[in-house]
Amino acid sequence: MAERMGFFTDTSVCIGCKACQVACKEWNLLPDDGFVFEANSYDNTGALGANTWRHVAFIEQSRPVPVDDSADDGVERWLMSSDVCKHCTHAACLDVCPTGALFRTEFGTVVIQEDICNGCGYCVSACPYGVIERREDDGRAWKCTMCYDRQRGGLEPACAKACPTDSIQFGPLDELRERAEERVERLHADGQAEARLYGESPDDGVGGAGAFFLLLDEPEVYGLPPDPVVTTRDLPAMWRWAGAAALSVAGAVAVAFASSRKGARR
Amino acid sequence: MVPEAEFQSYYGRPVLKPPVWKEPYGPAYLYLGGLSGVSSVMAVMAEFTGHDRLARTARVAAAIGAAAGAGLLVAELGRPARFLNMLRVFKPTSPMSMGSWILAAQGALSGVAASTELTGILPAVGDAAVLATGLTGPLTATYTAVLLADTAVPAWHEAYRELPFLFAGSALASAGAVGMLATPRAQAGPARVVAVMGAVVESVAGVVMERRLGLVGEPYRLGKAGGRMRAARVLTAGGGLLASIAGRSRTLTALSGLALTAGALCTRFGVLEAGRTSTADPKYTIVPQRQRQAV
Amino acid sequence: MAECHPVGFQWVVEAKARGAKVFHVDPRFTRTSALADRHLPIRAGSDIVLLGALINHVLANELDFREYVLAYTNAAVIVSADFRDTEDLDGLFSGFDPETGSYDPRSWAYEGMDEETPSARAPGAQTPGEHLEGGRHHAAAAGADTYGSGGAAAHPTPATDPTLSHPRCVYQILRRHFARYTPELVEQLCGISRAAFAELAEAITANSGRERTTAWVYSVGWTQHTVGAQYIRTASILQLLLGNMGRPGGGIMALRGHASIQGSTDIPTLFSLLPGYLSMPHAHRHEGLDDYLAREGGDVGFWGHRRAYLVSLLKAWWGDAATEENDFCFDHLPRLTGDHGHYTTVMGQIDGTVKGYFVAGENPAVGSSGGRAQRLGLANLDWLVVRDLTLVETATFWKDGPELETGEMRTEDIATEVFFLPAASHVEKEGTFTNTQRLLQWREKALDPPGDCRSDLWFYYHLGKLVRRRLTDDEIDRPLRELTWDYPEEGAHRDPSASAVLREINGVGPDGRALSAYTQLKPDGSTRCGCWIYCGVYADEVNQAARRRPGREQSPVAPEWGWAWPANRRILYNRASADPEGRPWSERKAYVWWDAERGRWTGQDVPDFEPNKPPDYVPPEGARAEDALAGTDPFIMQSDGKGWLYVPTGLADGPLPAHYEPHESPVGNPLYAQQANPARKVYPRPESPYNPPESPRFPYVLTTYRLTEHHTAGGMSRPLAYLAELQPELFCEVSPQLAAEVGLDNGGWATIVTSRTVIEARVLVTGRVRPLRIQGRVIHQIGLPYHWGWGGGGLVTGDVANDLLPLVLDPNVYIQESKAVTCDVRPGRRPRGQAMLDLLEVYRHG
Ligand SMILES: Nc1nc2c(c(=O)[nH]1)N[C@H]1C(S)=C(S)[C@@H](COP(=O)(O)OP(=O)(O)OC[C@H]3O[C@@H](n4cnc5c(=O)[nH]c(N)nc54)[C@H](O)[C@@H]3O)O[C@H]1N2
Ligand SMILES: Nc1nc2c(c(=O)[nH]1)N[C@H]1C(S)=C(S)[C@@H](COP(=O)(O)OP(=O)(O)OC[C@H]3O[C@@H](n4cnc5c(=O)[nH]c(N)nc54)[C@H](O)[C@@H]3O)O[C@H]1N2
Ligand code: SF4
Ligand code: SF4
Ligand code: SF4
Ligand code: SF4
Ligand code: SF4
Ligand SMILES: [Mo]
Repeated sequence: MAERMGFFTDTSVCIGCKACQVACKEWNLLPDDGFVFEANSYDNTGALGANTWRHVAFIEQSRPVPVDDSADDGVERWLMSSDVCKHCTHAACLDVCPTGALFRTEFGTVVIQEDICNGCGYCVSACPYGVIERREDDGRAWKCTMCYDRQRGGLEPACAKACPTDSIQFGPLDELRERAEERVERLHADGQAEARLYGESPDDGVGGAGAFFLLLDEPEVYGLPPDPVVTTRDLPAMWRWAGAAALSVAGAVAVAFASSRKGARR
Repeated sequence: MVPEAEFQSYYGRPVLKPPVWKEPYGPAYLYLGGLSGVSSVMAVMAEFTGHDRLARTARVAAAIGAAAGAGLLVAELGRPARFLNMLRVFKPTSPMSMGSWILAAQGALSGVAASTELTGILPAVGDAAVLATGLTGPLTATYTAVLLADTAVPAWHEAYRELPFLFAGSALASAGAVGMLATPRAQAGPARVVAVMGAVVESVAGVVMERRLGLVGEPYRLGKAGGRMRAARVLTAGGGLLASIAGRSRTLTALSGLALTAGALCTRFGVLEAGRTSTADPKYTIVPQRQRQAV
Repeated sequence: MAECHPVGFQWVVEAKARGAKVFHVDPRFTRTSALADRHLPIRAGSDIVLLGALINHVLANELDFREYVLAYTNAAVIVSADFRDTEDLDGLFSGFDPETGSYDPRSWAYEGMDEETPSARAPGAQTPGEHLEGGRHHAAAAGADTYGSGGAAAHPTPATDPTLSHPRCVYQILRRHFARYTPELVEQLCGISRAAFAELAEAITANSGRERTTAWVYSVGWTQHTVGAQYIRTASILQLLLGNMGRPGGGIMALRGHASIQGSTDIPTLFSLLPGYLSMPHAHRHEGLDDYLAREGGDVGFWGHRRAYLVSLLKAWWGDAATEENDFCFDHLPRLTGDHGHYTTVMGQIDGTVKGYFVAGENPAVGSSGGRAQRLGLANLDWLVVRDLTLVETATFWKDGPELETGEMRTEDIATEVFFLPAASHVEKEGTFTNTQRLLQWREKALDPPGDCRSDLWFYYHLGKLVRRRLTDDEIDRPLRELTWDYPEEGAHRDPSASAVLREINGVGPDGRALSAYTQLKPDGSTRCGCWIYCGVYADEVNQAARRRPGREQSPVAPEWGWAWPANRRILYNRASADPEGRPWSERKAYVWWDAERGRWTGQDVPDFEPNKPPDYVPPEGARAEDALAGTDPFIMQSDGKGWLYVPTGLADGPLPAHYEPHESPVGNPLYAQQANPARKVYPRPESPYNPPESPRFPYVLTTYRLTEHHTAGGMSRPLAYLAELQPELFCEVSPQLAAEVGLDNGGWATIVTSRTVIEARVLVTGRVRPLRIQGRVIHQIGLPYHWGWGGGGLVTGDVANDLLPLVLDPNVYIQESKAVTCDVRPGRRPRGQAMLDLLEVYRHG
């Protein structure tokens, strides 16, 4: 396996230009998401989905400014963040896929083989980030491939390539983690205490994300789960409980027949 | 009531995607799996205990349940033509993969068992098959709980302890009900007991689950899912009660069997809906995770 | 900048990472504000107050970079005793003629200049054309617009007072003029708190001087005002006082618009210009070549060679037919008779004096102010040619325009014959883009245009050939007959060679070889050059614009990436990056300096100075052109080599910036009795009714702008699903306070009304727009992007924001005021048909 590649998305320099979102659609020839004015700041596409593999979130944080207080120059923030599949170390989608359509590539990324996916939709419910989605018209599940095709051709993913401010950085995951640590320290030194990394720790619930983020607020503010856990972590326990229930079924039926034999005789 | 949780979200949008499994396919499949699985066990026991009529009913119910369930499963796929891709791999981390194998085995075995029973050809093979379904049956009835629990859907995942019992109970009740309904009343005694036990297990598991889940249990109580779960509880309890007193009364048996079947279906529809609800509101994703982090 | 120039904005992010502090002055909190260290919300149309107050802050506290100011600007120059400031005339400068609404700039001159007559003037001194005519024709034909690569002509050696104490010296005039631009006034008029102002003032002054420089960046938030040119002037004064011009990290960066909009002013699509900022001859001012040259521009500085530039241009166009004897075919050039700008042309259409119209790469029915007037004009033409990528509204107004819905127009009444010709897009043809940095970059063709689509070059070239085939021997056809029109043709569609065109623009010497610098151009007809400032782009017969050496392989200036005019200089006037002795002002900011040993200027960039002229050079008596500039005169395109704090000539609305309210404003001007720019261009006609100033019927400020997700009039973005889905509907941005006051719901509908029309838009309630306290009362601003139209092949459609806007222009460059007007807003969707006209009547007449 080649080096594990990943994304470090530094939202502190994201300008919300959506070039990543458009570049992704262009490269992957994705359908549009419909034309609906959502009135949620500048976000009219809402979330990641079958047809949107990069999604830029816009969060306006402004407190009402008393107009009379002329000395107040306002503390407003407009957070922007480009979300993407996390390419989890322990990827629930991949774990639960019953067909092997989802696989781990030589770059350590998680990719769906569209010709094998049978659209069972299991991955959709398994993903703790709500990334993957089934496209209704073709019945298959879709998500970011971290531009597997481009990577194989020695190119960086389209979204990272298009990002003007290097908010999306692509590279070997180890390097990115180092860079991210430095960046957070720098921001902390500059007084941005709220800067934090999300998904970079190999100790987290998904064993570390292959696409991790620098956020300026709590993850849920960006629509991200605060403490996602790969669902298969509890799988052994689940089987144990199910096994116990199975035994109970057998037992219950046995008891029923045993008891009703008496009844039958009566 | 759980007090209104304070939490932040992105325009109140869900964090998770809703389950794709559609009504009625998904819940009906869960019901049929349970019916088939427990029916198989009943067939085995009936065989041993000489309840011939009941054995026959159970064999047929198991086969129909499995076949129809598989049909629904295929229909549920985004690309049904690719159903066989399920059997390309054997993947222990995927309950659906395991389930496919279980269902395949259950379907094949119960199919053989039922057809030998009905045609009278190769009865020994049929008996062997029935014996084997004594193994696949209980799994067919309960693996579906793992299938649902092994997702990020809060109301399912967090319920992984009780769901198997809920489904087991519900399956017992379903199979018991069919056994009661489709067997001459004289031979249906064990089926009635199975039904009563199922009703008890289902009811207890349901209550325990909702209690333990706290906030994440809320979807089982509120809205559409709540209605279904309540209906399920009434139907199941009522059906169970009726079954226990039905004796040889035709009317009471019929009422009981229908109530239990309806109850089992309501449970499955309720569970599916609760899962959907728990993904639709980011609260159920964010608050428990926050609380988990806080400890 | 993040919104409209996201790729360029990466360098702001980079600068921030290196410690730069970023301020963003904008009525709205935008994506730029999000990344800035500080956002200063400002009332649209009040920036001169803010900038003026910064100037006042610098002057009052003597924070100017005095050595720089004394040596490189006209601070010490003494101005004519006839000059009267706005302070004296309550908002007018001397020379205003209320009759014509224009200025006679004679009294603004440097002392002593007005005594000279053209016949009896000293060598090296000159009287600019506009002075001679009292500014009559100058202002009426966008004359000020012709100074795009240098200033107007002024007295090269005026009287000065180096102590800066003479009451009529520029420095003292500035002090008096800006004294009333105080932080209190900023608070009153801009809505910017004193604390925020103090922070800004402290930051820019602390970050200017020897060791540091501050840059200002603007785009159309500053230009689209009736005082647009003066906005930039105010910034220029500030930057000159702080020593931030001609130095790395300094300057005033105009972020330009369309791809190659810079190119289209250099080689202009503007009516008042010839290539290279030579002014277009005027019918009543320029009888012949000599007459033209005598009146247009000074003899000192590099404009002193304008005969060489113009003659070379004429030779490029008319080749051998252009001779010394026939003034090099100067008479073949068309002549201006006045204002032939966009809006006046539209009026001509409505009046029936303009019969035909070419619209290429523009969508005025959506993109220009007063959409209804635009469409009335289009509907009254004999013929209309639209060349575009998509079937834009300008080509379809006759069958689906909004006036059909209201019953103001009927298709069967519109006689305009419309020709729609599909155009090749930028990826389907080769050629250059000239970007904001004056950088020419060659682009290859990526693929062939589909179907009948052809490049504009193809179209005009072959149209020219068709026209020429029909020419007669008649004298009137001579200019076209003699035109050089013979480019090599390539490919199946016989495309004229774009590189041959670029080479023609570059120019050739007597030997037929490509020239390498504009200094080689000759006034005698021996050289040809299509645009003197582009001379050198084909040096050594190599397409220098096609160079693509990566930045990391060369110096930080990256001279081998593309080619910048003039002479591949990346920072203009960079002689100012060194002190008068030629030493860098500081090691940190070393850029171009005098190498005494080698006797030449050197440094990282191509010096914007004669390479061998020493810092101690003093021009001899009677010297001309660049020889008349001293070794300490960095601003070599100016006729005195100085940066102008005060503009003695050239502008149509005054030598100094003064704050005037926008033409439509909810507040009065507390500074002067003069409410709005007295010289602004208005069209007092029924097609263009105006909202009265301070009208309670139109209490809100409306500002229009762009979104990253769309492009201008939308013809290039609305048809693209990937862009259209990102911003699917026209919306207006309003503060929560205004929404509550008027009853607007987020996601609901709003109806916006001006005297021009009524439109509807979805509502985006956002704290990013905030009410401002102006002169003691709360003023609400409404933001409105302008990318939507009713058709245009769009996947998404919407009302036309520009239909709301008035026809009122800056007097210098004729740009419309689209950034600050007044309006009313009501909840809900707009009425349709006659009901809409009825509502409008109510608003118009109160
Ligand atoms: N994505 C995208 N990029 C583009 C274009 C596009 O349409 N879409 N168009 C291109 C073109 S043609 C051009 S000209 C440039 C224009 O680039 P910009 O000038 O950046 O474009 P605008 O959005 O029109 O205006 C900029 C800002 O001016 C603010 N503003 C309005 N009035 C005032 C005022 O009085 N004072 C101050 N300080 N600010 C004010 C507005 O709120 C707005 O945020 O962009 C170019 N780039
Ligand atoms: N309210 C308001 N109005 C404004 C502004 C504002 O800020 N507010 N800004 C103003 C500014 S700065 C500008 S630049 C204008 C822009 O306004 P317009 O120029 O009227 O609008 P565009 O949509 O840019 O029109 C350009 C057209 O050229 C076509 N095109 C693209 N490439 C080619 C080509 O190679 N050949 C040909 N023939 N056609 C091509 C495109 O499809 C498009 O339809 O809008 C102005 N109007
Ligand atoms: S984020 Fe979701 S879709 Fe992406 S790898 Fe992880 S589990 Fe799979
Ligand atoms: S939908 Fe496709 S990719 Fe997802 S789990 Fe099913 S087969 Fe695998
Ligand atoms: S890596 Fe490729 S597929 Fe994934 S979001 Fe970026 S552009 Fe899209
Ligand atoms: S391209 Fe980069 S800056 Fe633009 S929205 Fe995407 S991540 Fe943000
Ligand atoms: S559209 Fe072109 S010119 Fe505009 S920012 Fe993007 S790359 Fe630059
Ligand atoms: Mo523009």
